[in-house]
Amino acid sequence: MKSSKKDFIAEAEELIEEAERLLIEIQETLTTGINPDTINALFRTIHTVKGISGLFGFKDIADFSHAFESLLDDIRLGRVEVTGEAVRFLLSNNDVLKKVMEDIENEREHDISVRLKSIEAFRNAAKESGGTRKVEEILGQIDASILKVLSEYEEHRLKTNIKEGKGIFLARAVFSLADFDKSLSELVAVIKSHGEQISTLPTSTDLPPDSIGFNILFGSGKSHEELSQALNLSVDELIKRKGEPDVVRPLSPKMQESSLKSASTYVRVDIEKLDRILNTISELNLSRSATNRIAAEMMETFGHTPLVVDVFKVSQSFEKRISEIKEQVLEIRMIPVGQIFSRLGQVIRRFSRETGKQIELTLYGEDTELDKFLAEEIVDPLMHIVRNAIDHGIEAGEERKKAGKSETGTIILKAFQRGNYVVIEARDDGAGIDVERVKKKALEKGIPLPEAGLSDREILDFIFMPGFSTKSTVSEMSGRGVGMDVVKEKLSTLGGFVDVETEKGKGTAFILTVPITLAILKALIVRVGAEKFAVPLTSMSESLLIEYKDIQTIEGKEVYNLRGELLPLVSIAKLFGLEGDVSDRSYAVAVGYGERRLGLFVDELIGQHEVVIKSLGDYFKGSRGFAGAAEIGRHEVILVIDVESIIEESLSRQRAMPHV
Amino acid sequence: MKSVLIVEDSATTRAMIKAVIEDMGDDFITLEAGTGFEALKLLPQERFDLIITDINMPDVNGLELINFIKSNPNYQHIPIIIVTTERSNADRERGLALGAGAYVTKPFKAEELQEVIAKALNP
Repeated sequence: MKSSKKDFIAEAEELIEEAERLLIEIQETLTTGINPDTINALFRTIHTVKGISGLFGFKDIADFSHAFESLLDDIRLGRVEVTGEAVRFLLSNNDVLKKVMEDIENEREHDISVRLKSIEAFRNAAKESGGTRKVEEILGQIDASILKVLSEYEEHRLKTNIKEGKGIFLARAVFSLADFDKSLSELVAVIKSHGEQISTLPTSTDLPPDSIGFNILFGSGKSHEELSQALNLSVDELIKRKGEPDVVRPLSPKMQESSLKSASTYVRVDIEKLDRILNTISELNLSRSATNRIAAEMMETFGHTPLVVDVFKVSQSFEKRISEIKEQVLEIRMIPVGQIFSRLGQVIRRFSRETGKQIELTLYGEDTELDKFLAEEIVDPLMHIVRNAIDHGIEAGEERKKAGKSETGTIILKAFQRGNYVVIEARDDGAGIDVERVKKKALEKGIPLPEAGLSDREILDFIFMPGFSTKSTVSEMSGRGVGMDVVKEKLSTLGGFVDVETEKGKGTAFILTVPITLAILKALIVRVGAEKFAVPLTSMSESLLIEYKDIQTIEGKEVYNLRGELLPLVSIAKLFGLEGDVSDRSYAVAVGYGERRLGLFVDELIGQHEVVIKSLGDYFKGSRGFAGAAEIGRHEVILVIDVESIIEESLSRQRAMPHV
Repeated sequence: MKSVLIVEDSATTRAMIKAVIEDMGDDFITLEAGTGFEALKLLPQERFDLIITDINMPDVNGLELINFIKSNPNYQHIPIIIVTTERSNADRERGLALGAGAYVTKPFKAEELQEVIAKALNP
């Protein structure tokens, strides 16, 4: 294949995928209010497909995407109503594009003239049924985030402007916080000379702290272009004015070029390049510490001379800037969880088709951000959980009916931030996990159960054991070899954990908790015997100095009474077979939270350090207890403790112990 | 020390709210903004413990101000009390939906406002 054709296919496939994501977003916000920006973005994406296919000489794709684009333009401008049917039609057309790309890639023949006609027919039918729209409906095109801030009067003015056939625009301006009132008044004066200012929304989102943004909503009878020029800033057309030609105008070559440019303002970067920047940052941090140390030594020798103070200041300013860069780079790595949700959405739709089970997907918290690397790593575990939910969790329609549930099953994917963690829940309203069956299975597998019995929760934990599956036949769908044990292990290597909640007849939820980012983290450097280790600060809650005489032994386990709660203790020295200090007291680092708390004995707390965790590589595969290695200066490399796996091991040992 | 920002375009109402707060004890500082613009400028300069705002104001109105405060991570924790007239019921509801915690209807009794303030500061 020629490389230019390859380039075209790669870009087109990416755009088509993006279009699918946007379409799914539209489908999912159908009832709650569609963001016009999404429809606009979709329009632009298909517009770009048209542009590049024309450029590369794929005339039929260009023709098809032109028709597709025209339909989207109708929708964008409210000429065709966005209904469930319309979205399904759009999705099917996107699938056609996908299919044609495959054909081109494999040099197969294709004919899409039929589809061209069907788009034309759909447009005509939809437009005829459209009729006149009410003001309320038109209002729906405006983003809810703007509408909810309007006062009653402002809303009235907005409606009046719409009734009068004016276009509704949003001008976005950013000013310095110090003198925004003057600049804003000038801008408002210009707006008022062209129309009516309806609302002024101040905003600070995504802006530097010394500036302030204003989104000014206004109505005007002038054209979008005219207003953009007059105001000399970015003006969005929220609602088109009435009386504009109701035909699709062919885009002039110049416009085509500019909108091709605007289709994407993103730069794709290999995450490895960002990792390299992070490495450089951590090296910069080392230089910074060195400067600080030099300053301290100078102060001892020369006292607080202006020069010494200057060095300190420089070091501090270094520190601030370095942490700024670090945050910015980490931010670049963040992606909204919605990106992986939409991929899961595709899987759910596919499996729902294959199994014949009707499934409705509900998403919450798609804007929650997560490190790209982590997001990619948890996609497969999530996929597995979702497949399981469809395959084993959600009952067939008939069965659901009998149980008095709606025939359509529900899967809820929900993401939210909790401290330094992102929690992702996958919840179904299926049959739930049968705890008795899990128990029976455990006995069959020869797992010794303590006579005193286990709580349901403890029994449920068996599903995370290697080779444990309650379904006797491994179905095609859930796949062989990937079990919940793999999910659990994956989460642990990421510094997170997985939890399950289930209620018989009501459903099951798997709750995945992962750190927001793992590239750079603050760690406490501790010493055990002759070795140093890093304990991520995100995993620990406090450090303690414990007198040995205060340690109690309960059921053979050492515990410490920490403000009325028993904290199980584990010695790092014993765990890793090291020779620790001999003393009558020891430092302990409290890690984890809730039922998963643990105190780790260490000999010395050395101090905090920012570390970049590096993988241990295959050589150390299978060794447990370490999340990776990190450099802490002067070519000193230490191991980073994987707190979760240690908690896990300690918990499982607790359980394995026979209750006396 | 509790720092309170009063946003209200009527100087009389402002003075009244200020007096009511001062009546609550010595550990209150009040800062006044006569317009939404002034409030936007004062926000980054002081760590406010409470914001009391009118809704109908020129330039940036109370709803827009509440939306700004509640969507800025630096300010969103600050409790907001709406002070508004009986006529603007609908706007008051919108303000509460945007994240304001409580409201007082003008004209109000001193004790009434004091009670709402105390509750907002010690939820």
